[in-house]
Amino acid sequence: MARFEYAPAPESRAVVSLRSSYGLFIDGAFVEPVDGGSFNTISPATEEVLAEVALAGAGDVERAVAAARRAQREVWAPMPGAERGKYLFRVARIIQERARELAVLESLDNGKPIRESRDVDVPLAAAHFFYYAGWADKLDYAGFGPAPRPLGVAGQIIPWNFPLLMAAWKLAPALATGSTCVLKPAETTPLSALLLAEIFQQAELPPGVVNILTGDGATGAALVARRDLDKVAFTGSTEVGKAIQRELAGTRTRLSLELGGKAANIVFEDAPLSQAIEGIVNGIFFNQGHVCCAGSRLLVQESVAEGVLDALKERLGTLRLGDPLDKNTDIGAINSGRQLDKIVELAASGEREGAERWSPSCAIPERGYWFPPTIFTGVAPSQRIAREEIFGPVLSVLTFRTPDEAVQKANNTTYGLSAGVWTEKGSRILWMADRLRAGVVWANTFNRFDPTSPFGGYRESGFGREGGRHGLEEYLDA
Amino acid sequence: MPEGRLAVNKTYKLYVAGAFPRSESGRSYPVHAADGALLANAALASRKDLRDAVVAARAAQPKWARTTAYNRGQVLYRIAEMLEERAAQFAEQVARSEGLAGAEAGRLVAASVDRLVYYAGWSDKLAQIAGAANPVAGPYFNFSLPEPTGVIGVVAPPGSSLLGLVSVLAPVIVTGNAAVVVASEERPVPAVTFAEVLATSDVPGGVVNLLTGRLAELAPVLAAHRDVDGLDLCGISEQDAAALERAAADNVKRVLRREVAPDWERRPSPRRMLHFVETKTVWHPIGA
Repeated sequence: MARFEYAPAPESRAVVSLRSSYGLFIDGAFVEPVDGGSFNTISPATEEVLAEVALAGAGDVERAVAAARRAQREVWAPMPGAERGKYLFRVARIIQERARELAVLESLDNGKPIRESRDVDVPLAAAHFFYYAGWADKLDYAGFGPAPRPLGVAGQIIPWNFPLLMAAWKLAPALATGSTCVLKPAETTPLSALLLAEIFQQAELPPGVVNILTGDGATGAALVARRDLDKVAFTGSTEVGKAIQRELAGTRTRLSLELGGKAANIVFEDAPLSQAIEGIVNGIFFNQGHVCCAGSRLLVQESVAEGVLDALKERLGTLRLGDPLDKNTDIGAINSGRQLDKIVELAASGEREGAERWSPSCAIPERGYWFPPTIFTGVAPSQRIAREEIFGPVLSVLTFRTPDEAVQKANNTTYGLSAGVWTEKGSRILWMADRLRAGVVWANTFNRFDPTSPFGGYRESGFGREGGRHGLEEYLDA
Repeated sequence: MPEGRLAVNKTYKLYVAGAFPRSESGRSYPVHAADGALLANAALASRKDLRDAVVAARAAQPKWARTTAYNRGQVLYRIAEMLEERAAQFAEQVARSEGLAGAEAGRLVAASVDRLVYYAGWSDKLAQIAGAANPVAGPYFNFSLPEPTGVIGVVAPPGSSLLGLVSVLAPVIVTGNAAVVVASEERPVPAVTFAEVLATSDVPGGVVNLLTGRLAELAPVLAAHRDVDGLDLCGISEQDAAALERAAADNVKRVLRREVAPDWERRPSPRRMLHFVETKTVWHPIGA
């Protein structure tokens, strides 16, 4: 097939003004860390150092929690809900006003394509603040009993795959209830959260209502180890989630966990196939597969497996991998060297265990962290690539014959975050949805998110819901 | 009882998969009334018995979850009917186990019946208060529904031998979960008799499994079991809670932590039910 050549179409970096170094955001101001630690954050596409960022230690955590506690008690909880809501509306509006700046910064620091940060991450982040803003004065009607009280102070730890969006998912519902927050962004992607801190300043959010502590795993551990938090909310790996659950054993601190996944994307023979091909691509190659709910296991009905695979391979041949800031880029950079190592290791295990590996021919940039879109066929359910979360652009293909077999294979995992079903038959969609043990089921679509739509896992994918009316409960004492 | 006639005493056994087996270990332990009199030799369940109970619960759970909400409500109501009919027997057992006057025990049994009726009525309403149609920005009908978590381990309250047990068990099973219950260690007699009520109330075998024995032996196995999805630690002492919660994290169990001084006579909220359901959200396409 003839391929169109694209001229480079880079988004301008000029819209972002990076500071050479960033402090911690505590009690409404950027401050130096108590022990003066810092680390560099880089662009994973070029390995260029973007900025020096403060490394928060236990003393900083203490300051931030104290500021959050004071703000919660004295300012944020007593404030009428309608006024709290207006602050959140302001934040939503400023995110929209500064959308391009946030998108470019996110793509720089994270490596994701600008098209995605511009069209998905940033608009959804604004939408989350807008949605929960409207709840702030309507909590009596949220169905959690009369006059529900804010939970208090929440420690929130977020991952690097959707840095700004995950911050919005955590902060917006907490703030709507009258709770206050200490947010710990991921080590490799601190910058959009710090720009969000500037937005909070512009919105004149009262000091201490949101505190942002950049740092590494030790910073997060110091936050969880405190006994004066009312709530810990964590999004990240199942391994760390379990460690946090253990750490909080025997305490009264509430916990919600949004962890890993190994979602099945199930294609029936009567599916709208060209739509399904796009859905499979979106399911696993969106955001380089750095998505906890990624459709990393393709279950395709045997009768159409060959055709689906051929079409899928042809489609992968047209994906463009490269500069995240190029508006034509489909696949950006792997977020870090550490993550790349993990993907490389798991992909190698797939070959070793007998699955067949395929990637389109695609040029890999010399600098930065990259992994080509990859498909494994002939995958057995016992192989690591069928069981473990790869968190990269790697798809494992399995087949099935009957709907019952599809359900059985889809549920054959310790995870349960999401699933996809592709069929033209409405009754089959609902039949499948009923049987799939997953918190989100997408039918004839995949990786779709909305602030009104509760999101969260079954089993080892965690507990608690983010989004929708359900998301409020995590921050209410009801 | 006629003069000179020797009473026929019942052997108190376990309740697993709808049957009443002895402990596979062959062990038992003496259970005493509040006044010190011997009430029974209860089965002393082993770790193996507990694992068998989990297998039975897992096998029974999917079908129970798929039973219509209306039907589950009727089954719970049937439990209430059967309990009511044997109210006098339960009043006597509760009175002896807990050291209460007959009238007080009778009140607790009546409250237990009413508690079952309360939860029976929830079966086909919980989805309507905990579910939602979500107005997403796109051509999808997006809805959220509560679904049962799966197999729930329940450590029943140590003190309230019947009302406490019913109050923690009913909210677990009404939504479609299956339960493995460890009865009050010191006061297991009403619980075992309650299993007889369950067995004659159209509750499918395996949906409720009830063990008697030592908490120190059984609770750690229940908390660490990889095929148990949730854990109600109501009956656990404060010093034991942390270790069990830590073990529960191995497969990210949903843990309902112990309450400080629970009041079983207070009318419950839907909270206990909501703790052991999962919210599923479905995006269904809209198109001509």
